[in-house]
Amino acid sequence: MKGKNIGWIVLLVLGLIAPFLVYPVLVMKILCFSLFACAFNLLLGYTGLLSFGHAAFLGWAGYTCGYAMKELGLSPELGLLAGTAAAAALGFVFGSLAIRRSGIYFAMVTLALAQLMYFLALQFPFTGGEDGLQGVPRGRLFGLVDLADTMNMYYFVLAVFLGGFWVIDRAIHSPFGQVMKAIRENEPRAISLGYDVDRYKLLAFVLSAALSGLAGATKTLVFQLASLTDVHWHMSGEIVLMTLLGGMGTVFGPIVGATVVVGLQNYGAELGQWVNVLTGVIFVICVLAFRRGIVGELAALIRRSGIRM
Amino acid sequence: MKRFGVGAGSPAQFSFPRVRQDLSDAMSTDFILQTRDLTKEFKGFVAVDKVNLQVRRGSIHALIGPNGAGKTTVFNLLTKFLTPTRGTIHYNGQDITHEKSAQIARRGIVRSFQISAVFPHLSVRDNVRVALQRKLGTTFHFWRSEKSLDVLNERAMELLEAVDLQSFADATTVELPYGRKRALEIATTLALEPEMMLLDEPTQGMGHEDVGRVADLIKRVSANRTVLMVEHNLSVVSHICDTITVLQRGAVLAEGPYEQVSRDPRVLEAYMGTEHV
Ligand SMILES: Nc1ncnc2c1ncn2[C@@H]1O[C@H](COP(=O)(O)OP(=O)(O)OP(=O)(O)O)[C@@H](O)[C@H]1O
Ligand SMILES: [Mg+2]
Repeated sequence: MKGKNIGWIVLLVLGLIAPFLVYPVLVMKILCFSLFACAFNLLLGYTGLLSFGHAAFLGWAGYTCGYAMKELGLSPELGLLAGTAAAAALGFVFGSLAIRRSGIYFAMVTLALAQLMYFLALQFPFTGGEDGLQGVPRGRLFGLVDLADTMNMYYFVLAVFLGGFWVIDRAIHSPFGQVMKAIRENEPRAISLGYDVDRYKLLAFVLSAALSGLAGATKTLVFQLASLTDVHWHMSGEIVLMTLLGGMGTVFGPIVGATVVVGLQNYGAELGQWVNVLTGVIFVICVLAFRRGIVGELAALIRRSGIRM
Repeated sequence: MKRFGVGAGSPAQFSFPRVRQDLSDAMSTDFILQTRDLTKEFKGFVAVDKVNLQVRRGSIHALIGPNGAGKTTVFNLLTKFLTPTRGTIHYNGQDITHEKSAQIARRGIVRSFQISAVFPHLSVRDNVRVALQRKLGTTFHFWRSEKSLDVLNERAMELLEAVDLQSFADATTVELPYGRKRALEIATTLALEPEMMLLDEPTQGMGHEDVGRVADLIKRVSANRTVLMVEHNLSVVSHICDTITVLQRGAVLAEGPYEQVSRDPRVLEAYMGTEHV
């Protein structure tokens, strides 16, 4: 418990001062991907389900939010809500179709559905196809705060991130979270204790999709753009990478993973395509040598040295 | 004598609502569980062959037989982890053949597994609490703090004491020795106050003292419930079981009390031969 409180304080302080140390738009990008990775981790790390279609939730929430704000003129808070709701609904459909399968088949069903959503994004006119949905206005938060101002936007994104992260943290440490972990640990045993595991998996899936959607909608607001990149299967792969690198099944791991990957992509930009190779190498090292991920290995180290987290 | 939290003398602890009994069928009051011509075929291979099992309420009933006889498959059929090819299952006089696994568990039939079935990366206490928490009705509440589960801690400790695990409550389950894990499994099963327990080789892989301890425990907790168990250790079977069904190649070979079954020449030949003569 102690360790978790320290983690929260560090996160809060870093979040507050980061835009004075680093380019704020970069930190906002990191926050969006951190939320996305944490939402993904809820499913992979705590329920034991590997989805390979999470890009659909990120991307389609982005399109929904972008469309709602640009074409319908909704305020940013309603735009985020619309994006989140769309992702939750999509998550319900994906989840209902996929949870009857397990392991690699589950991943395949989610991938297939996400590919379908990718082609729809390519075909529908309102998504802007290859160009994406550009020039999304940031608008005024609650009609008051002008989000065109970078610092206003930053602290709003930080608040959204912290709110989303709190929901995830709470879900992990809730009565529902205990059942999720039980399913991850031993599904037949959970069934034999009377749990209809499919219903719990579906709720976990919808929660994960909704929070991924919140991340995607926020990202659209930050970059004023919803594009095919976010619905592409590369994105589904990238989120697996971030989560594993940071440490799946740890509360803070995905944030670290997202920070490392996004930071690397940003500062390694001058390396050109080589940055992908570098990320790949780091990933391979991580999978081979540090299977618990960065935070997982650190936690194990601390545990071995006898300090209780 | 050790103090045990679970036993016949502590009725207050068995406060969970019991499954409704259908008393209209006079035959079924005697037998809590009955199967008729229960059959399972795997692509033409008959693993369970027209098994008519009758388990008397309140008894300890053993299911024995050589490896591959179909014992685990029978358990999987009874708890619907497998769907029967043919035949029916009646529990308390009601046809449960078409119910789902979780539903059957909620009726009061709780099974264990042949290989230890714990939640390895949860604490020992949390293993038991996962079973206890269902009755709180908050299992979908993802917004509620897990502190709301602390009301179950006392009961969890009682159950852990019953299997001598109280000092391990905060340990991570994966760190327990094998015998302790199996004991934890029984505590978790007991947490549901099952009307009927199905135990698949509860003493398998245990050291000598553990075997005795678990056999005693099963005897003790069977005081107000029915136990159907698969067991290879015949001394355990002869000591605690009231009725024995011998399965061979999926079919029932013999049935009766230990003295009778152990003298049955067919059984001696098929199964006990080497161990008894
Ligand atoms: N899912 C399955 N698919 C195909 N065959 C199966 C399946 N499950 C069990 N069998 C076969 O059915 C037979 C009975 O297996 P079962 O596990 O029920 O035996 P058992 O009596 O429990 O044996 P043991 O004492 O080794 O646990 C075996 O021949 C086994 O190979
Ligand atoms: Mg078996």
